[in-house]
Amino acid sequence: MKPAPFEYFAPESLEHAVDLLHAHGDGAKLLAGGQSLVPLMNMRLARPAVVVDINRIPALAYIAADTETIRIGALTRQRAAETSELVAARCPLLRDALRLVGHVQIRNRGTVGGSVAHADPAAELTAVLALLDGRVVAQGRRGTRVIPAADLFVTYLTTSLEADEVLTEVQLPAVPTGAGWSWMEVARRYGDFALAGAGVVLTMAAGAIAEARIGLTGLGPVPVRARAAERVLAGRTPSEALWAEAAAAVRDTVEPDGDIHATAEYRRHVAGVVVQRALREARGRAADAAGSHG
Amino acid sequence: MTHCEITVRINGRSYAGRVEPRKTLADFIREDCGLTGTHLGCEHGVCGACTILMDGEAVRSCLLFAVQAVGAELMTVEALADGDRLHPIQQAFRDHHALQCGFCTPGFLLTTLAFLRETPRPTDQEIREALAGNLCRCTGYHNIVKAVAAAAAALASDPRPGV
Repeated sequence: MKPAPFEYFAPESLEHAVDLLHAHGDGAKLLAGGQSLVPLMNMRLARPAVVVDINRIPALAYIAADTETIRIGALTRQRAAETSELVAARCPLLRDALRLVGHVQIRNRGTVGGSVAHADPAAELTAVLALLDGRVVAQGRRGTRVIPAADLFVTYLTTSLEADEVLTEVQLPAVPTGAGWSWMEVARRYGDFALAGAGVVLTMAAGAIAEARIGLTGLGPVPVRARAAERVLAGRTPSEALWAEAAAAVRDTVEPDGDIHATAEYRRHVAGVVVQRALREARGRAADAAGSHG
Repeated sequence: MTHCEITVRINGRSYAGRVEPRKTLADFIREDCGLTGTHLGCEHGVCGACTILMDGEAVRSCLLFAVQAVGAELMTVEALADGDRLHPIQQAFRDHHALQCGFCTPGFLLTTLAFLRETPRPTDQEIREALAGNLCRCTGYHNIVKAVAAAAAALASDPRPGV
């Protein structure tokens, strides 16, 4: 028997799940896809006294969209979002990032909400949320609140969710029509956590960059917005020299940690590389009104 | 310690058991159901040896608790062959020398089954990506990739119903 003993509940309603979390406090853990929690329990790095399994609450699994926002129920499997036509049409950046989350066996169980709530500093979904200025919906005993990405991630594996709150929905602004996007990362093996990863959304107008958004993963305790590089790019004309300038701005600002997989210095270097690759690909995909008129 | 009475559907049969909630599905399949074809390597979701199908999807059985499988249809490697007649995927692994010790093979077989149902005419690149979540420490991957390509061709020319 790998994990330490725990008391198990499988509530069939969100309200019951919240009540269970409230009753058991910090000793309780929510179990969604379990692709991060169960390994930690098998290694006894996590020993929750109570496990609240939300997999019997199917109402938490859905993908919906209006013109501006995609809403994804927290229990939606990553694989379901990856193969969703709605996600492909409104937020292809999310689809491309999801393809690099673990392996297909992991994504068949792993959930969109679980990955965000787990807040691994090298995750893809957290960086996509930060990059698009997404939000999450949380339900607790006192009701529902909406938390912007900027206020959600506190530090390694830590969010601002209260102990008795359930993350119920992830909201992502759609990638604007005509904008280019790209997700790039470097990992030791396909499917591994990235040594460094970057997402980019580029909006072009009259041959220049109207808006650039860059989100980074694996480069700090929380997903990082590369604000300095975004400022470097705004209003400028795309060129290889400009991408290099943006990469330099990224390398100047990130503060990655070194570990057994890569030194901090190497991660800093790779951060610039993935940002350049992502900018190049996003530019290639961006519709450019002025450009099309020659 | 609280135990749960559970019934789990595996390979079209019901298995009843009395388990602690902390018992993984992989351990339940092996110890309580006696289906030891499902192998356990790393037990934290990296190696893929314990891959089974849950409602038709490839999952790591070491990262599920047995209590979570109530109500689902599971398939393990034991259901692949028809008596002594190997499944086309197994036959392709045998023909292409895609195994040596065979420890990782059940996971590869079930990963391949789910993959080929979804992608019946895969490219080499798609095969490599599909197999990326399974580790083999002795054969090397070239022959496994060849076997999966051959299995795809065999299934396309002679698809067995329900497989």
